[in-house]
Amino acid sequence: MMDMSSQNMIILTLLLPLIAAVLIILTDKRPNLREAITLITAGSVAALVINLFLRVKAGEVPTLDLFEVIPGIRVSFSIEPLGMLFALVAGTLWLITSIYAIGYMRGHKEKNQTRFYAAFAVAISSALAAAFSDNMFTLFLCYEILTLSTYPLVTHSGTEEARRSGRIYLGILLGTSIGFQLLAILITWSVAGTLDFKHGGILAGKLDPAYAGMLYALFIFGIGKAAVMPFHKWLPAAMVAPTPVSALLHAVAVVKAGVFTILKVTIYIFGTDFILSAGASDWLIWFAATTVLLASLIAMTKDNLKARLAYSTVSQLSYIVLGALIATEMSLIGASMHIAMHAFAKITLFFAAGAILVAAHKTDISQMHGLGRAMPFTFAAFTIASLSIIGLPPLGGMWSKWYLALGTVHAEQWLLLAVFMISSLLNIFYLLPIAIRAFFNRPSGDESYTEVREAPWPILLAMGITTLMCITLFIYPDPFYDLASMAVKGH
Amino acid sequence: MIEAHLSLLIVVVPLLTAPIVAILPNGRLPWTVSTLVSFAVFAMACLQLINVGTGNVISYELGGWAPPWGIEYRIDAANALVALIVAGIAAVTLPYALHSVEKEIPLKQQSLFYSAFMLCFTGLLGITQTGDIFNLFVFLEISSLSTYALISLGRKRQALTAAYQYLIMGTIGATFFLIGVGLLYAMTGTLNMADLSARLPALVEQRTTQTAFAFIMVGFALKLALFPLHLWLPNAYTYAPSVITVFLAATATKVAVYVMLRVIFTVFGFSFIEETPTDEIFLLMCTIGILMMSVYAIYQQDSKRLLAYSSVAQIGYMMLGLGFGSVLGVTATLVHLFNHALMKGALFMAIGAIVYRIGSSRIDNMAGLGKHMPWTFAAIVIGGLSLIGVPGTAGFISKWYLVLAAIEQQNWLIVAVILIGSLLAVVYVWKLIETLYFSSADKHAHAGVKEAPLLLLIPTWILVLANIYFGLDTELTVGTAEQAVKLLLPGVQ
Repeated sequence: MMDMSSQNMIILTLLLPLIAAVLIILTDKRPNLREAITLITAGSVAALVINLFLRVKAGEVPTLDLFEVIPGIRVSFSIEPLGMLFALVAGTLWLITSIYAIGYMRGHKEKNQTRFYAAFAVAISSALAAAFSDNMFTLFLCYEILTLSTYPLVTHSGTEEARRSGRIYLGILLGTSIGFQLLAILITWSVAGTLDFKHGGILAGKLDPAYAGMLYALFIFGIGKAAVMPFHKWLPAAMVAPTPVSALLHAVAVVKAGVFTILKVTIYIFGTDFILSAGASDWLIWFAATTVLLASLIAMTKDNLKARLAYSTVSQLSYIVLGALIATEMSLIGASMHIAMHAFAKITLFFAAGAILVAAHKTDISQMHGLGRAMPFTFAAFTIASLSIIGLPPLGGMWSKWYLALGTVHAEQWLLLAVFMISSLLNIFYLLPIAIRAFFNRPSGDESYTEVREAPWPILLAMGITTLMCITLFIYPDPFYDLASMAVKGH
Repeated sequence: MIEAHLSLLIVVVPLLTAPIVAILPNGRLPWTVSTLVSFAVFAMACLQLINVGTGNVISYELGGWAPPWGIEYRIDAANALVALIVAGIAAVTLPYALHSVEKEIPLKQQSLFYSAFMLCFTGLLGITQTGDIFNLFVFLEISSLSTYALISLGRKRQALTAAYQYLIMGTIGATFFLIGVGLLYAMTGTLNMADLSARLPALVEQRTTQTAFAFIMVGFALKLALFPLHLWLPNAYTYAPSVITVFLAATATKVAVYVMLRVIFTVFGFSFIEETPTDEIFLLMCTIGILMMSVYAIYQQDSKRLLAYSSVAQIGYMMLGLGFGSVLGVTATLVHLFNHALMKGALFMAIGAIVYRIGSSRIDNMAGLGKHMPWTFAAIVIGGLSLIGVPGTAGFISKWYLVLAAIEQQNWLIVAVILIGSLLAVVYVWKLIETLYFSSADKHAHAGVKEAPLLLLIPTWILVLANIYFGLDTELTVGTAEQAVKLLLPGVQ
């Protein structure tokens, strides 16, 4: 594989999951073969992504130019460091989630598993394509395919609740993307005459700075996947999906595609200098800051574990948005790193939530008292991941928070520094008690967990790997730090 | 030799086929002949577009009589594009017709059905080819009269009322058009459109000219179902046989929009329009029409009627571009003309396939059908996404140019209307998709329902794939539209 051309590697990375989707549908009747296809594809994609990473790190910019759609607008891909960072996270975690999903879907006896694995593969392909996009049009195209391919996953159970959630999901994501994002793209095109990503931006000198704030707002709210309030409702609604979907898509691929797009727009469409000189983000900052705090507060009130994690994600996503909006070097590095750090921690938390559901059939936090003694491994993983989300050493989550906080200091935004600190406190309040009660409280009522065992081994294996990653990333955050600083500095 | 007469043959071949088909015995023979003819016409339309695609104009004198005394066929990129739409849609609709017509039309009427279809086809092609405004009226009547007959062949009794309603409205429209043409003739003494455009600028101030213009506009607004003159359309689309719905939705209104373009830009010239409140009236009617008809579509219980209301809204999009009168705007109109034919064709074909299997187009009856008819369902999903304007589909390209045209005019209200219209489209398209996708409460509702036969699926999927292809490669659509606009709006950059 080492001597394959970068162009072919991009083609393979994007095409393999799509081929897998077709094969998965064809092997509908043979579950073992079907799962083997998923695992082999996910393994190859992970290998490809890591190989691409090595090339990008060496300074190469792999590109793939496909065809022209409208004069001046092409479907083309090119891997710059930020896209590589996102692809590295999504591509490697797909493999781990696939292992997990097999244990979960079988342990939980879900129906329509073929549709599930097929849609999952398409979603991953579009997330990777979004990561590799070379211009705003290609990114928008992949963004919409990602929305549509995850719809069958969100509505997987087919119940009335799932349908309603599906409507909210699609309504908000398609609504914001067509109503605001498309408009923002069109205005950008008519002002700048190009949609290509260029370090330093394409708008400076072409857009009247007075309108920069409006256009930036259209982008921020138009990228509904970033879940900035008031367009966040789709994320809690999407929790009706099976847990592997919540874990990989609604903690990593889909939501990170959103904040990734915001970072792309910030660095490559506007350019940080233009944002700061035009004051484009002056009032938008407060939307993101409010989301950080409000979502944490709402998370505290949720008794359903997945709902609490969903609001926690909403809050954490706005960390990244805030980092982009502050637009200093440090804050952008922090925001980019947070894509990875939050991903590994949050996916562990969701894996644990799914393990609890499969093994003990519990969804509500208030029913998990004492469960830690029956499922020590699961709750140990949950605790470690919680600490990483909070941002404590010795866990990876510390680094991104560190740089985000440094960013506010450099920008002399003391109020925002306070927002980050208060939010970390709130994280402690809504995450740690779950593990503490599970370990130290007695089971409520007359329940006892003598019958409950740990979840099936694939689930534990996946959870173990991501937990280890949280710890490893504290000692060795270099890959993500390097990519983030390469992206921000432009070399 | 044949090349030289191409413009005429496109019209004459189907015209001559019509009586031949009528006397053929019922059965598969009339279908076979019509289908082969439609393929031939499609090939000729492609050739014609290649000939004028580079910006040429073909002038063909009927019977060797020089214009303005004789009838002239005058083909530029605009005609050729619309003729290609009509011929292309006929060439995919007719193969589709075999099974669908066998199911929906009594055997003894089938050869007459195909004969009427050929006449309708002739009429629509004639309208696009001719350069003579009275000749245009004649073809208009040929297509309209055959359409009334075709709609009345629908399975339900309401088809008769729908056809009658269209007959009344259509006749009023045609009469208005004729009055307008008569007044123009009285003023200028010519019926040739190129000639008219040379003589009219001197007569702009005349009240008769303005009256003629008003009559022609209202007459064709009725034909193309511009809100609020659309009342005939939902019934006609709902109750017509499936094949006819496909054909009308994809071609008839498109041809009417083309005539509007021709009359406004070639015959009168846009400067004339700008002095009258016409463009403002268009923009107003379009915006109200887009919003109101999209909301109406949401509340429909019948899938064909839902798509019919959506069509009225989409006509609003096409006329918006025309109302702007800018290069981008008219490009958007022409591009959307083409793309909308693809998406509505695909959607009505897929619905037709469902009607073929379950005998009903009511949305309630379709719950859970997606499992039994996965290919038909997938066609509806992709067609629906194109209707919404999701990137990667033809509908996106239309939206792209329309919104750009509105941004160029700094008309933010219309930008908002176009985008809100798309969001409403999400709602009504998803209403359909959700019903088909989720299984119904009644497990045995569709026991035994199978996927539609291949002869229905293949044409449907040709259009579905065209929706994706023209969403990713716009050289034909946008390229031709830009050529056409150069001729329609000379001197405007």
